[in-house]
Amino acid sequence: MSGAGATHTVGRDRLLDPRVSRAFGWASLVSLVALGLFGLWGAPEDATQKEAQRLMYLHVPSAWLAYLAFGVTALASLLFLWPRTRSMVWDRLAGASAELGVLFTALTLILGSLWGRPVWGIWWAWDARLVTTAVLFFLYLGYLALRRIPTGDPVGAGKRNAIAALIAFVDVPIVHFSVEWWRTLHQKATVFNPQLSAHIHGVMALTLWIGVIAFTILYVYLLDRRYRLAALEDEMEQREVDLAIAARVGTPRDGGTAPDPVEVGR
Amino acid sequence: MGVWREAALVVGKDLRIESRSRVAISQIVPFGLIVILLFAFALDPDRGILARVAPGLFWIAVLLAALLAIGRAFATEEQHRARDGLRLAGLDGGAIFLGKAAAIAVELLVLEVILGAGVVLLYDVNVHGIGILILTALAATIGLAATGTLYGVLAAGLRLRETLLPLLLLPVLAPVMLGATRAFEDGLEGAPGDAWPWVALLGIFAVLYTAIGVLAFGPLWEET
Repeated sequence: MSGAGATHTVGRDRLLDPRVSRAFGWASLVSLVALGLFGLWGAPEDATQKEAQRLMYLHVPSAWLAYLAFGVTALASLLFLWPRTRSMVWDRLAGASAELGVLFTALTLILGSLWGRPVWGIWWAWDARLVTTAVLFFLYLGYLALRRIPTGDPVGAGKRNAIAALIAFVDVPIVHFSVEWWRTLHQKATVFNPQLSAHIHGVMALTLWIGVIAFTILYVYLLDRRYRLAALEDEMEQREVDLAIAARVGTPRDGGTAPDPVEVGR
Repeated sequence: MGVWREAALVVGKDLRIESRSRVAISQIVPFGLIVILLFAFALDPDRGILARVAPGLFWIAVLLAALLAIGRAFATEEQHRARDGLRLAGLDGGAIFLGKAAAIAVELLVLEVILGAGVVLLYDVNVHGIGILILTALAATIGLAATGTLYGVLAAGLRLRETLLPLLLLPVLAPVMLGATRAFEDGLEGAPGDAWPWVALLGIFAVLYTAIGVLAFGPLWEET
């Protein structure tokens, strides 16, 4: 039991092989530079929205990434809750992905707001998609706050986190539909009218695709880095506990169980 | 013992605690009423704004007071290690969830009746469509109590739970706030037909979170 429990609670300390991780880092850098070139110079200026439209090349990929990240959080939480796949790997992954999700949701809102000011003339509109995104931001902000509270029991905390993530995830479609109804029952869509959501062609579509791909690569890279950080944090905590126990007991009992204080001190 | 009987025991216990300590009636209800009063300070009472936005103000007052009631429902379990006692009683996790949620729902319904009377009197609201209002309040209250109980146990035993609970609960309850307010507006405007989709939404929310609560409460209750 204790042996199985140990592997369950610690799990692997890296998500990706370091070389693969570095490759993702470089690939995200290259693709983001490509996105910058295409977004600022490659793509033509929009006829109605002028230069402000270029913000879409960041805004749309951000929104995509936010949803991807929250989806990964929900999936990882399910895998943690299922006893046969329970491992701290999923808990860390869920937390890392949710952090990225919140970050990119915030970025989506900020970029959308910066775009809305010149194009709509307002910073914020009570549009269904905007309101849903804002609620989503706060839903997962609460989840992250819950995660940040230290407890002595990683598996218990993991279960709690996983259930909280799933409760939040279940709420997303309900929020979406309720807000959609609210805005369509009371006023017709004034913001996303056909003139603004005109079809896009050629280089503009290509740039948007580069953005989506670049952000997805960036997501994998950041996820790996955040996972590594969480694993190191867990390890540090474990070492501190072991060290405290060793200090209390005097000398480490039967050799291998407690770490050598000299090694820890390095 | 069946699940319902166990749930009834928990409801009885929680309501007995409330009837003896009188915290709900002597603190939470007055809190709700002062919120109703504060809205009149914030919004000019002479221009009929209050009557127009009364449904929203009513539900915000209920929501804020509900946060206190939910915190209270789990604070009582912290005292004298009552939680360990309840755990050792060998009750089914789902039954404890249903019992605690039902007790919170009963308290909230009492609160809603009092705050509703306050809103009608102070904001000069003409009440129409009482049937749809009652249905809306029931569905919204069950949803509120179910999510509240679920997050209550999730945050129970944690440090910082007092500040964490509102942050967790309020975004999840956004659809309830929206649905209950619109349904009340439609009911008061004498257009109950428009209110039905919202009542259905509130009903789905209530059923969904009650089901999640019954499933998830047991493991959470054991962990915390």
